[in-house]
Amino acid sequence: MDTAEPSFFETNPKAGSVGQPLSRVDGRDKVTGKARYSAEYNSLPGLVHAVLKTSDVAKGRITGFDTSAALKQPGVLAILTHQNLPKLAKTPNDPEGKKAIGAPMGFLPLTSDQIHYAGQPVAVVVADTLERAQYAAALVRVQVTAEKPLASYEDPQAKLFDPEKVQDGKTPGHTVRGNPQAAFAAAPVQLTHKYDHAINHHNPMEPGSTTAHWEAADRLTVYESTQGVTRTQKALSTMLGLAAEQVRVVTKYIGGGFGCKGSTWPHTILTVQAAKAVGRPVKLALTRQQQFTSMGHREDQTQTLKVGASKDGKLLALIHEKTSTTSLWDNYAEPNSRIINLLYACPAFESSYQLARANVMTSTFTRAPGEAPGSFAIECSMDDLAYQLGIDPLEIRLRNHADKDPTNGKPWSSKSLKQCYARGAELFGWSKRNPKNGQTRDGRLLVGWGMATASYPVHNNQGTARVRLYADGHALVQTGATDLGTGTYTVMTQVAADSLWLTPDKVRFELGDTKLPTAPNSGGSVAAGTVSSSIYMAAQEVWQKLIKLAVKDPKSPLYRAQVAEVMVDNGRLMLKANKSKGEDFAALMKRNEMADVEGNGNGKYGAGYESGLAPGPASSGHQDDQAGHSMHSFGAHFCEVKVDPELGTVRVTRWVSVHAAGRILNAKTARSQIIGGSIFGIGAALMEATSRDPNYARYTNASLADYHIPVNADIPAMTVEFIDEHDPYINAMGVKGIGEISMVGVSAAVANAVFHATGKRVRSLPITPDKILAAKEVQV
Amino acid sequence: MRKTRRRNIKITISLAHYFTTDKMNNFSYTQAATAKEATGIRKDKADAAYIAGGTTLLDLMKAHLEEHSQLVDINALPFRGIEQTKDGLRIGAMERMSDVGENALVLQQYPAVSESLLLAASPQLRNMASIGGNMLQRTRCGYFRDAAFPCNKRVPGSGCPAIAGDNHNLAILGTSDACIATAYPGDLSVALAAFDAVLTLENAKGKQRRVPVTEFYLLPGKTPQKETVLEPGELIVAVTIPAAPHAQRSTYLKVRERSSYAYALASAAVGLDVQAGTIRSARVALGGVGAQPWRSSEAEKVLTGAPATEATFRAAAAAALRGAQPYKENAFKVELAQNTLVQALLKVAG
Ligand SMILES: Cc1cc2nc3c(=O)[nH]c(=O)nc-3n(C[C@H](O)[C@H](O)[C@H](O)COP(=O)(O)OP(=O)(O)OC[C@H]3O[C@@H](n4cnc5c(N)ncnc54)[C@H](O)[C@@H]3O)c2cc1C
Ligand code: SF4
Repeated sequence: MDTAEPSFFETNPKAGSVGQPLSRVDGRDKVTGKARYSAEYNSLPGLVHAVLKTSDVAKGRITGFDTSAALKQPGVLAILTHQNLPKLAKTPNDPEGKKAIGAPMGFLPLTSDQIHYAGQPVAVVVADTLERAQYAAALVRVQVTAEKPLASYEDPQAKLFDPEKVQDGKTPGHTVRGNPQAAFAAAPVQLTHKYDHAINHHNPMEPGSTTAHWEAADRLTVYESTQGVTRTQKALSTMLGLAAEQVRVVTKYIGGGFGCKGSTWPHTILTVQAAKAVGRPVKLALTRQQQFTSMGHREDQTQTLKVGASKDGKLLALIHEKTSTTSLWDNYAEPNSRIINLLYACPAFESSYQLARANVMTSTFTRAPGEAPGSFAIECSMDDLAYQLGIDPLEIRLRNHADKDPTNGKPWSSKSLKQCYARGAELFGWSKRNPKNGQTRDGRLLVGWGMATASYPVHNNQGTARVRLYADGHALVQTGATDLGTGTYTVMTQVAADSLWLTPDKVRFELGDTKLPTAPNSGGSVAAGTVSSSIYMAAQEVWQKLIKLAVKDPKSPLYRAQVAEVMVDNGRLMLKANKSKGEDFAALMKRNEMADVEGNGNGKYGAGYESGLAPGPASSGHQDDQAGHSMHSFGAHFCEVKVDPELGTVRVTRWVSVHAAGRILNAKTARSQIIGGSIFGIGAALMEATSRDPNYARYTNASLADYHIPVNADIPAMTVEFIDEHDPYINAMGVKGIGEISMVGVSAAVANAVFHATGKRVRSLPITPDKILAAKEVQV
Repeated sequence: MRKTRRRNIKITISLAHYFTTDKMNNFSYTQAATAKEATGIRKDKADAAYIAGGTTLLDLMKAHLEEHSQLVDINALPFRGIEQTKDGLRIGAMERMSDVGENALVLQQYPAVSESLLLAASPQLRNMASIGGNMLQRTRCGYFRDAAFPCNKRVPGSGCPAIAGDNHNLAILGTSDACIATAYPGDLSVALAAFDAVLTLENAKGKQRRVPVTEFYLLPGKTPQKETVLEPGELIVAVTIPAAPHAQRSTYLKVRERSSYAYALASAAVGLDVQAGTIRSARVALGGVGAQPWRSSEAEKVLTGAPATEATFRAAAAAALRGAQPYKENAFKVELAQNTLVQALLKVAG
């Protein structure tokens, strides 16, 4: 490892608080209601309420408004429409504006009379109370000429096209490695299968919400439910034509995001403009129904995967096509091909994306974007291959284990997948598996076991943090990161405590404010790795400052020592060569009448750390080429299901997940992440589906009563373990993220277990009773 | 199922000249102490509504699907008690789902009724929700539940988009060209319909009448907005379930993709009186598949006098579904409902 930067492995060979199952430091504030979410800044002076009036129809033109009745209502302050929305310096309506803003969608409602999707905001109504705003919004009459919309790529009128790039330019529309067509044609074993995935919505507990406060004509503070305050600041300041520092974004707590809060969506700027129009702070919280049409979704999609293999189960070719629905403006598709290209050793690969425009809003990253549905395709196909060749599903994965990254030939920075398989199999009892499907019964129920591989990349990123160590032995640690509810407050407190050799209760950790040092979006599983190393690096600066002070202090035992000869252990500065010579930091600071000392740190995550080449602040560049290693987390899921063959119901009855993701910062919050992601995946596997009417292009189940997510009774006790990994290449802490890998492979593990139980291969998610009943049985 | 595929059906989108005005009007609230008082208030206000647990009514009002100028709280009405009468077990309409579901007499004499209650909704809802309110809950058809869509049930004559759209959770029995919803999507009335329960209703004049549950609900026909025989302002006072051997040996089987807190894709309330291997009497009703709780005399006919075997049960299931008219997304219910019925019968046959 050639970076000269300090690393936690060297300075803290024995972790203290790091890794321990510390309970959430913010837990008490949350359960007592003290934690304030973005829609809870109710004491702002003169705070008023905004509600969105949204479009019933998915396509059409607004021909007029009648706001007279609404405006007459007591307490109504303003009704904004495309006719009077305060003008913006930039909108995402053109590609240049979209890029500058970093907008997820190339269209901002209330900028024209056009209606492009059902649920599109057409007016914002502001009143002194929420109820009055709702009532007035109901009284606003919107006259429209409706047209017949397109609902999806499945619409016979939909036009499919081959995009040059998908996912906002991040992923090429077509990729070829080796000679896949010839390799497939020549392969002794050939499989071609189609996989469908329903529309999924993130549905965080906390809906999208914004409180906008113009403190002066050129100074705005926004309390926003966002996964990234800096990204929101950039988006808002660009749209408003303000300098970044004129816009402050605050996000102290988030009630879940799963990707939908990773970008700045229209309701946020509309709230800001409403606050401008009425000259008072304005709060807006999306309703649950609006949540379905305001912050993106996982798109409806079909994948076709061709697998060519040898008779002994070695992959020879993988050819992947994905067709999905996108909006009228953007070429968004989750990059499913990424994981298919990477997961196994295979000499030839091809992927292509097809899109169709429809009257829908733009879809967006949803927990493990690409990896989740992509793994469904490859991991079901691997299972098919195993059955077809009479090889154990685990064994076929071992036979195709990628010892280096097949996409670029690079060695892995660390990969403990084989250990994950072995430990998972042991915990689950995989060796007792009946090789035949449809053979194991529990009364009337069919019992099946399935497994799948998980993987998620270490996305290049960087961030900054500030640490202030006080002579009395406590510390203030700050960074503009966000905590989605996953435990960032807690794990960063632990990292700071160890880096400063304090106990966690002596650390105050603050986040979620653009006034604090810049940190990346909490998305793409980058937060743990980036923020922890930023804090660690900031602490190193504190120690360096103290060492420099000591060697110049005639009263210090370290006086006149070379800086490089001094080390710190357990808060004590000492000579490397003679550890008895030294002193405690507190003694040094007190003698020098220093109340505190501050350090700033820049933490890098992923390729930028190894190469030393940092991406721009808080931008997640995919500069993986720069590094000598390929960096990913890996894991394995094992699942038991019981299927009622007559009723088609599937229940998950056992679950084992084993992951290797570098250093685990907190055994408890990490476990929660893994079970949370697995449950998210079980939801996608068995019940989650938003239904868009094919004729009206409007959702028919936009509520939590009708959009089913798992209930407690659907989830068994889950076994989660981690394989310890020592990875010095990824960041100073050796941490990989775990927020998304937890969901990768889950739906395939469930589908594979269903196949084992019933001999029925369902390739369409979710696997609902109707599909089980309709599927044909295959005995192998 | 939920992945709706387009069908080759010609559809004309009605040009919505105005968006729905989802206004929540002010309403007044009165607590009535007696039936007379309650019916008296309602009589004078056509758009007043009774409120019991409120778990259906408030949802409908919040979603702007119903508007009322006045709510009459009927929780203080003396429609209480679960008691043995000469006609059977009489359950007051104001009793809560959870209390009735856990009641020892209900558990012992009508296991299917208890199960239908305890498999419904969530514990919180069951603690609030009343028996009378349960019987008057409304369809979960997604088009009905969103005022932005046309819907014949909500706005007579506006059309039924479910026929060519998302109908996976809708009915296959008793539907009409106007509406294919499971107007009653719940569970309790399915069990009540099976076991010949009789409702006691009371009108504004204080006059009571008795209506069997099987006659209480109306099929959609051309007027899907009319769902029951309840007259405006009429109250449900109680429901009485006659005692019978087939009620004692009964079960309610409910199928859904998640284990709890979901409506039935299909359900079956069944009871058998089997003696020496022969079925002396049988009761069968299906939920989740009928335009209304679906008592199947066809199935009962096959069962009665036949041996209690799986072959008999399959024949009964086939008879029950003979008239089914499936749509694109709910065609699976034909098989699912039969299997559900067979499994339920197997369970009670022991
Ligand atoms: C999320 C959710 C899930 C659910 N899942 C299920 C389920 O799985 N199975 C199931 O069976 N049900 C389910 N329900 C429905 C639930 O059982 C009903 O909402 C409840 O039983 C209604 O009772 P209530 O007392 O709250 O009625 P209210 O909401 O108070 O009243 C409902 C209607 O009945 C009228 N009414 C009430 N009592 C009387 C009376 N005595 N006489 C005349 N009119 C009266 C009211 O005017 C109103 O129109 C669910 C509900 C929700 C919200
Ligand atoms: S099925 Fe009935 S309730 Fe549903 S849209 Fe059609 S008319 Fe309305």
